[in-house]
Order: sequence, then C-alpha cells, then structure tokens
Amino acid sequence: MTDSTETLTTSKSDSPNLIAKFLKGTELDTRLLGMFGALALIWLGFHFYGAIFNGYGAMLTPRNLWNLSVQTSSIGIMATGMVLVIVTRNIDLSVGALVGVTGMTMGLLQVEFLPQYLGLGNPFIWIITAVTGILVGAMIGGFHGWLIAYRGIPAFIVTLGGLLVWRGAAFLSNNGKTISPVDSTFQLLGGGPYGTIGATGSWIVGALACVAIIWMLIAGRRSRMAHGFPLRPIWGEVTVGGLACSLVVGAVLLVNAYPWPKGIIKQYAAANNITVPKEGLFISHGFAIPVLILFTVGILMTILVNRTRFGRNVFAIGGNPEAAALAGINVKWMTLKIFALMGALAGLAAVVASARLNSATNALGLLDELYVIAAAVIGGTSLAGGVGTIYGAILGALVMQSLQSGMVLIGFDTSVQQIVVGSVLVFAVYLDNLYRKKAK
Amino acid sequence: MSTKRTGTPLVEMRDISIAFGGIHAVDGVSLDLYPGEVVGLLGHNGAGKSTLIKCLSGAYQADSGEFWVDGKKATIESPIDSRDLNIETIYQTLALADNLDAASNLFLGRELTTPLGFLDDARMEAETRKIMARLNPNFKKFKEPVSALSGGQRQSVAIARAVYFNARILIMDEPTAALGVHETEMVADLIKELKSQGLGIFLISHDTREMMDLCDRVAVMKNGKLIGNERVEDVTEDDILSMIIMGKNPKKAA
Repeated sequence: MTDSTETLTTSKSDSPNLIAKFLKGTELDTRLLGMFGALALIWLGFHFYGAIFNGYGAMLTPRNLWNLSVQTSSIGIMATGMVLVIVTRNIDLSVGALVGVTGMTMGLLQVEFLPQYLGLGNPFIWIITAVTGILVGAMIGGFHGWLIAYRGIPAFIVTLGGLLVWRGAAFLSNNGKTISPVDSTFQLLGGGPYGTIGATGSWIVGALACVAIIWMLIAGRRSRMAHGFPLRPIWGEVTVGGLACSLVVGAVLLVNAYPWPKGIIKQYAAANNITVPKEGLFISHGFAIPVLILFTVGILMTILVNRTRFGRNVFAIGGNPEAAALAGINVKWMTLKIFALMGALAGLAAVVASARLNSATNALGLLDELYVIAAAVIGGTSLAGGVGTIYGAILGALVMQSLQSGMVLIGFDTSVQQIVVGSVLVFAVYLDNLYRKKAK
Repeated sequence: MSTKRTGTPLVEMRDISIAFGGIHAVDGVSLDLYPGEVVGLLGHNGAGKSTLIKCLSGAYQADSGEFWVDGKKATIESPIDSRDLNIETIYQTLALADNLDAASNLFLGRELTTPLGFLDDARMEAETRKIMARLNPNFKKFKEPVSALSGGQRQSVAIARAVYFNARILIMDEPTAALGVHETEMVADLIKELKSQGLGIFLISHDTREMMDLCDRVAVMKNGKLIGNERVEDVTEDDILSMIIMGKNPKKAA
C-alpha cells in the first residue's frame, strides 16, 4: 500500500527518459520490478552455471519450476502472516515450532483417532484434520498474542520461548515417532502428481485470473473517474493488464508442460482401464493444490491488508502505535488477533508441509521461522514497522526457495547453502535501505 | 470578544486529579467551557496542561474528579468515549501515522467503508480533498505518506481530522508550534470561524500575546494546580506572566 505511493515519488524526477515515462504511466512499483529482476537473475544464473559446469542446466525446466512452486507454498503462506506481525513492530520466532506441533496434532488426529470413529478413508477425515490444525495454530498464536499484548512480555521473548516449548511438545506428543502415511485425501493438499488440477483445470484458473485482473483495472479506472482523480494513460492500463495476463498464461503453460512421470501414468492407466499407447501418454500436472492454497491465501491477505479497516489499522499501529491508540484503535486486541492469524497460517502451512511429506514428524518446520522472516524482509517488510506488502513476502519466499533449490541442483554443500542464504539476506536488507533512502 | 457565559456549559471538569508514581500531574483542577468560547491554557512545561487535556480526550484516565458534558455526567475512559461526546483533539505531537497518506490519517480509527464493509479509499480521498481545499488550498500531496509532508502540511492534516467530524468541543495542544507566520494566521482565522459556529475550544500555547488575541478566557496552571482562571479583558499580559512564573494570581491578592 505504501509502496505504490513511493513509486510516484521516485518517478517524479523530471528526466523525460523512457523508463521514467514507463514507470509513471503504468504506476508499477519499482520494488516489484526489482524483485522480478532478482528472481530472473537467480534462475538464469543457476541454469547457465549448471549448463556450463555440470553439462546440464536443470533450473529452468518445467519440472524444477513446478517443484519450486510447491516448495515455496508452505513458507509463502506463513510469510504473508509474518508481514502483519513485523509491520506492527513485533516478531514471531515460533512459527516453525507451530508447524511442528500442529503437524503432529493433525497426524495423530487423522491416523490414530479419527479412523477409529469414522473408519479409515472416511471423506470427512481430511477436512476435520485440516480445520483442527488451523484452529490449534490460531489458539496457540492467540495465546502468544495475549502474553505479548496484555501481559507486556516482548514478542521476541514470548515467541523464543514458544519456539522451544512447542518443538518440545511436538516431540512429546508421539514420543518422537514419525506418523505415516497420512489420510489419502489429506495427502492431495501437499501436491504430488495426484494433488494437481490438470491441464484443463489450470487453464480455467488462468482464465479466471485474467478476467479478475482486467475487471480490477476497469473497476479501478471507473472509481478514479467517478471522483475525478488523475487517470493512468490508456497505454499504461493496457501494458499493466497485458503484463499481468501474460504472466498468468506463462505460468499455466509452464505447469502444463510438466507431465506425470511414467510410473504414475502406468498406475493411473491400470486403475482406470486405459491402454497406454506406445509413444506414451502425456498427462500434465497443472497447478499443484498447495500452490492454489498459497494463491488463495495471498489474495485474501492482500484484501485484508489493503481493503479492510483491520489492515489499515495494522499499518497505523506500525507507523505510530501512540497515534493509533489515540485514534481509538484497540492496539492490544489487534496484536492478539494478528498473532492468532499468524498461528492459523502456521497451521495451514503445516497441513501443506505434512501432506507433502505424507507424514508428520516432530522436526516438521524446523528452522522455518528463519526462512519465513527472511522471505518477509526480502519482500520489503521493514523491521522498523509500518511498511510491507503481501505480494512482496510471497515473492521473497520464492526468491529464498529459488536460491536454496538452485544450489541443490548444482550440488552445493548444505554448509555453503547456509552461507549463501545468510549473506543474501543481509545484502538484500542493505539494498532495501539504499532504495528507501533514494525514495525519500 | 465577550461570550455569554450563561446556560449549561459544554464541558465542565470538576476537581480532576491524576498522579503518575506519586507526582500529582494534575491536582484538583476545575474548569469549564461554554459554546462559542475559547479558553486558553497557559503554564510552564510540565505544569499539567497537556495532562489535563489528555484526561478530557481519553488518552489518560483521571484518578478522581468528574466530567460533565452538556449538563450530563460523562464517563471518559478511552479516546472513543471522548470522541463519542463530540470532543476532538489536536495533539502536540499531531498523532499521525507517518507511513500512511493524508486520507488514511484523517479517517484513522473511523474509516469509511462500502456497503460490503471494505475500505472506501476513493470516497475518503475525495472527502479529504474537500476539507483540505477549505483549510489549506495549497495542499496537493494526497497520495504520499505524511512523512513526506512539511510541518505545516502535517499540522493541517491533524487539524482537518479534528474539524472534519463536526466536533463541538475542540482541544488544540500547541496548534501553531510548527507553523510559519502565514500558516499561523490561517489557524487563527480558523479558530475564529469555528468559534463563531458555536464550538468550544481549549487552546494550549506558550505564546501569551497570541492567547490574549484569540482567547476569551485564560487559565493558568503551575505544578498541576489551577492558579488563575480570568477573562482576558480583566488581566494584562504581565498578570498572566506573573501567574505562570510566580504561581500567584495578582487579582486574588489584590
């Protein structure tokens, strides 16, 4: 929200060059463009490094990018909540442990308890399990928020304690044993060949997204017109719409270009009495369900942040807590709600993570808090509070995951990976500081 | 200049006290305000002016004492209570969220929403443009966070916030401290205009000359106590200064 205003400031410099004109006409956020640039750099860099030194560029393949999208989901879901936490000048170090404890809760529930009463494979098991996981997360998060807001314990301490407590609780819940496999329907929430919506489904999602984008541009223009505010030039509107829609179409083409592996096709054909032709069947993955969950969360959180009083008040608290309180905003209650929301999102991330793993382990989500915070911060959320965007955090998660996955592909050691990720985080925040100074 | 001090006062503060850790910031102060009246609060830094006013605006809760608004006893325990009584406050710190734009600040805590419950940013901006056209016609930076505004522009956002919601009682804590000559004049004109509309205004300032000019009455505080509460016509600037400095009311001594 604040970023869109920064664009105007930066593009105000009167040099009539093409780039400035483009930015002014499209009102595109320079930070957003920068993140796409960084992402392109990472992808191309790893691809060509692999192509030159290992003889095979594995980064820019449909298979890898599809996997990347699934791997990003769980961190991305939590990063959207972390934006609100950090914007209000707090921090949540406990999200990884929350993933662990809610994951174990759901594992026990769907494997040990529910089948006893509902029968194995009952279609309600997955939904009861997922809702319970999200609720448990919300309750623990709300409890943290209560300690922070109403008992005055710093968020850093409460959630640092929570990190240890809930990780320990996750271990104790099943004496450290892994629970596997999970409910077969639940498993679809984590992706995998069956946990996708196929080629046709992906085109439908893509078409809906394009319609939504165009509708939003038209509605925005109408609203500006109705109040007599300055309008974007038509070419600017068309460029923005065109870019966004081609991005969507590109994503659909990409996920549809990744076919099911042969083994799965054989299994599927046998189950459905299809004879596989000699040249093989091409069945597309399409979008994975966890990715759709991430998109849905991203859209809902963006609406929450930009279009509701709750979101506006979150940013007001971040900008000036005293002013927010004087304006009648109940800062304590808001803090509690924000942490409860963060907890619920950690529960949802645990659904995705444990479904993807097809098991619940007490180590689920280990170190996730660091990646989630890094994603939010790389995405432009300021630790000083008051500034941050949802899309930035999701892109930040994608950047983090791309780095990680790229280094795995070209065979870097875990130790080297850690060094790179750590350095990138620090460097990204430094760049961000420079950007902000310039924007002022 | 003279206001009829008859009928029910808009606000009556009776015997208000508040202490912070044993220090009596406000000690048994009673003060009232009639419609169309401007009451100036004077005193050294730390005399208790801002604290008294914050009790009325709901930022602090008084330890003891009563508030009467329109002849009815009122409970003020939060900024919302105060606002519900049509009391609006311009704080010395302005109380703006620096990261938000003018419209978001103006409607902070009482955002306009569409029938579906979503923020109506377009209408909020349009309303902001309307009121700013009246208060500060030079104001153009509607899309930028208020951190990018000058002191005077920030002040006008804070004033717009208080004026927009049809306040009946206005509290202005050093509204001209950050302003240039021209803008100070604009605030003075605004105060006169609001006064003629029948608002009651509490004005806090260090500028005695300005206070003599704008106020109907001046109330002087020192060490949390009310030293004097006099009509402007009845006192000289020297009288006020001696009340501020000595903590004695020459009128009473005489």
